[in-house]
Amino acid sequence: MTAQHDIVLELKGLTKRFPGIVANDSIDLQLRKGEILALLGENGAGKSTLMNMVFGLYQPDEGEIWINGQPVSMDTPSKAIELGIGMVHQHFKLVPPFTVTENIVLGMETKKGLAIDLKSSAQRIQELSDRYNLNIKPHAVVDTISVGMQQRVEIMKILYRGADILIFDEPTAVLTPQEITELLAILKGLAAEGKSIIIITHKLKEIMEIADRCTVIRRGKVIDTLEVAAASPEALAERMVGRNVSLHVDKEAAQPGERLLEVKDLHVKDSSGQNMLRGVSFDIRAGEIVGIAGVDGNGQSELIEALTGMMKIESGSIRLEGKEMANLSPRTVSELGVGHIPQDRHKHGLVLDFTVSENSVLKSYYNNPMSKLGILQESNIRKEAERFIESYDIRTPGTEVLARSLSGGNQQKIIIAREIEANPKFLIAAQPTRGLDVGAISFVHKQLIAERDAGKAVLLVSFELDEILDVADRILVIFNGQIVGETTPSATNEQKLGLMMAGKLGGESSNG
Amino acid sequence: MAKLKSLMNVFRQESIWISIISIFLGLLIGAIVMLVGGYEPVLAYQSMIEKIVGNPYDIGETIRSIMPLILTGLAVAVAFRGGMFNIGVEGQIVMGSIGALFVGYFLDLPPVLHAIVAIVVGAIFGGLWGMLVAWLKTSRGINEVVTCIMLNWSALYISHIVVRMFMMEEGTARSKLIQDSASIEIPFLIQWFDGARIHWGFIITMLLLVGYSFYMNKTKWGYELRAVGSSKHAAHYAGISVNKTIHRTFFISGMMGGLVGTFEILGVFKYLAIAPTTSGLGFDGIAVALLGMNTAIGILLAAALFGALMYGSQGMSFGADVPGEVIRMVVSIIIFFAAAPGMLRVLFQLRRSTRRKEVSARGNDSVSH
Repeated sequence: MTAQHDIVLELKGLTKRFPGIVANDSIDLQLRKGEILALLGENGAGKSTLMNMVFGLYQPDEGEIWINGQPVSMDTPSKAIELGIGMVHQHFKLVPPFTVTENIVLGMETKKGLAIDLKSSAQRIQELSDRYNLNIKPHAVVDTISVGMQQRVEIMKILYRGADILIFDEPTAVLTPQEITELLAILKGLAAEGKSIIIITHKLKEIMEIADRCTVIRRGKVIDTLEVAAASPEALAERMVGRNVSLHVDKEAAQPGERLLEVKDLHVKDSSGQNMLRGVSFDIRAGEIVGIAGVDGNGQSELIEALTGMMKIESGSIRLEGKEMANLSPRTVSELGVGHIPQDRHKHGLVLDFTVSENSVLKSYYNNPMSKLGILQESNIRKEAERFIESYDIRTPGTEVLARSLSGGNQQKIIIAREIEANPKFLIAAQPTRGLDVGAISFVHKQLIAERDAGKAVLLVSFELDEILDVADRILVIFNGQIVGETTPSATNEQKLGLMMAGKLGGESSNG
Repeated sequence: MAKLKSLMNVFRQESIWISIISIFLGLLIGAIVMLVGGYEPVLAYQSMIEKIVGNPYDIGETIRSIMPLILTGLAVAVAFRGGMFNIGVEGQIVMGSIGALFVGYFLDLPPVLHAIVAIVVGAIFGGLWGMLVAWLKTSRGINEVVTCIMLNWSALYISHIVVRMFMMEEGTARSKLIQDSASIEIPFLIQWFDGARIHWGFIITMLLLVGYSFYMNKTKWGYELRAVGSSKHAAHYAGISVNKTIHRTFFISGMMGGLVGTFEILGVFKYLAIAPTTSGLGFDGIAVALLGMNTAIGILLAAALFGALMYGSQGMSFGADVPGEVIRMVVSIIIFFAAAPGMLRVLFQLRRSTRRKEVSARGNDSVSH
């Protein structure tokens, strides 16, 4: 490159193969001093593999890594740390009962005789924290601090070790909107202080906001590197998925039919006896998508679990086509025609140690044609999985690999295929696009709208306001176990919804 | 053809080699222990092998020692696959022998039928004793390990009471003998093996081994059991009744244990002794299941190893004058080394989720979880 930029990290023709797949195919990449470089790509494009090579967790099959103009062999993470590379993983690696300082110095404690000198470490942490505006309290116990703060401790850990190149793997995935804003400010500050940053993400909004340049990876290859200031989100999305994606959901106006689901005065208590739902009533018509907006923990999970029979209700009624289904078993509810894309795909939606085939029939395995006289019909089960893979474009090496080994987007597609192909009358989609990339999100949204247009009733529960505003036809706001407002996407906006979600604004007044 | 291929695949897995290497390491360290104690390890191992396969009688008795280990291995494995730890096989064995003894001693039935009824009752006794654990777990939330251990002792003392009250053989510390019509010995095989106590339990055990594999992998109940074992939440979401599956799992597991006791009564001893402790076979089953990685073929191999070692070790004292204590030490070392990889696997299973990226076939970018 030209001399005007100092290249701190350069990857030359990096290639990594896994059995049956080339995860990274001759990747070239340059990181300049003091810049924020976004690494954009779909789930399974090879971003994490690439960064794991840079951090010494994987060895490249071909290619070289250059740091400050010198070729290096990155055989272990400790070598990477020595060379000034630090990585903040998606899952934090902290010891919960330890203090912030103890966590940070772990493995490189300064000693004073035989004792560990935590005092001077804490002081240094305080200095670093002030310098980079991290606002860390060195003596707080990690157990007691928020997720956003824990992430800052992770950042501090690598700064403390003297990192100049900082790699962030999906750093905003676990954060609340407020925490995201704060993190992005911190990243900008770090770059301004001369640190070079690579951020792995598939959130276009964040890239537009903080990145200087963006390298796009698709199916293991570098597609393009763009100056963010001169690029549009649409252009980035198109490079990422390889075709035009509309970032806005196209849909016709809803044509609601008969009332399909009626919920009346629903009361639910959690296992500790706390009132989680306090008199929730609403209904959904055939052919409409009702969105439930709300901050996490205001009764959404309980509402879904009550509707699907996974949780007992205290009082009230849930009727599907006039038939009472409160307190029926999950299986009966599912057989009555309720589909459920669960919020936590790893906990509920899939048995991770089952194969793709086995997961495809998680709700139908016991019936003809998936089993006869109690014997599983393997060929029918495999055919079903193949059908799902084909029509939902699930990228998997085969039907007999473990669900655990697929990327999040493809795992989610298995669930969506299974729930939609069961042809439910009423479909519950809880956080259906959590952690998915742009291409997959648009796919999921289209599926939900197609279900609506096929005359199904759809309940969309989401913490993403964009999603609610884009996809739902009618919006209910849940707060503290009650529906506190009802509105429509055309009559409201993010700000108003945000206020309603905080319980500060009634639904009626937002209609004006 | 495909069957054979998949069978061979087992031996290609790295874990198989770990097991084989561990066994050799165990033998090696056992040898060192013997050397230090001033005994001849080569002679000792030679005598051990001679004891295992030296003559028809010993071959038969080796097989007889392997059989209960297969069953207890299966009992533990069923529970493992269902996500639970059945450390109560001991008690289930005792309950099975009580059931078989009752039928064998008190009922008057024609020969074959008598044995069948005794086997069924023994199995059900064991199964119900196992299900008691499951019921306490699902209804009261008591951890199965706690109840299992308590119920082991309860079963033992119940056996003492039952024998003393109903069928004590005067002047001995055991029950009266079962009737001949309930015996499950196979006379011509016993003759073949020079009097080794071979019985129909052997055939049933082999069938159960095949049945286990079929049940787990090919039936909807096996599917439910595995689903509950690997994720209770996902199973609940899928509409599987988690509690019912837990009860069923423990019933099957307990039945396997019950059959061990049943076969020992009907095929080997013909009586139930008033013993100060339980047999220990159930605990060995834990090691068998771990070493066999909960697969049918693995359990067969692991039980064969354990059974042969235990029976063969008797030869070491005859042939090489190794005292019993040293023999037990050597056998324990071998078992420890053999079972260690399995135990490590179980312990590290918890950490497997964090290693997801490495096993990924896609070299995937994992997303937020």
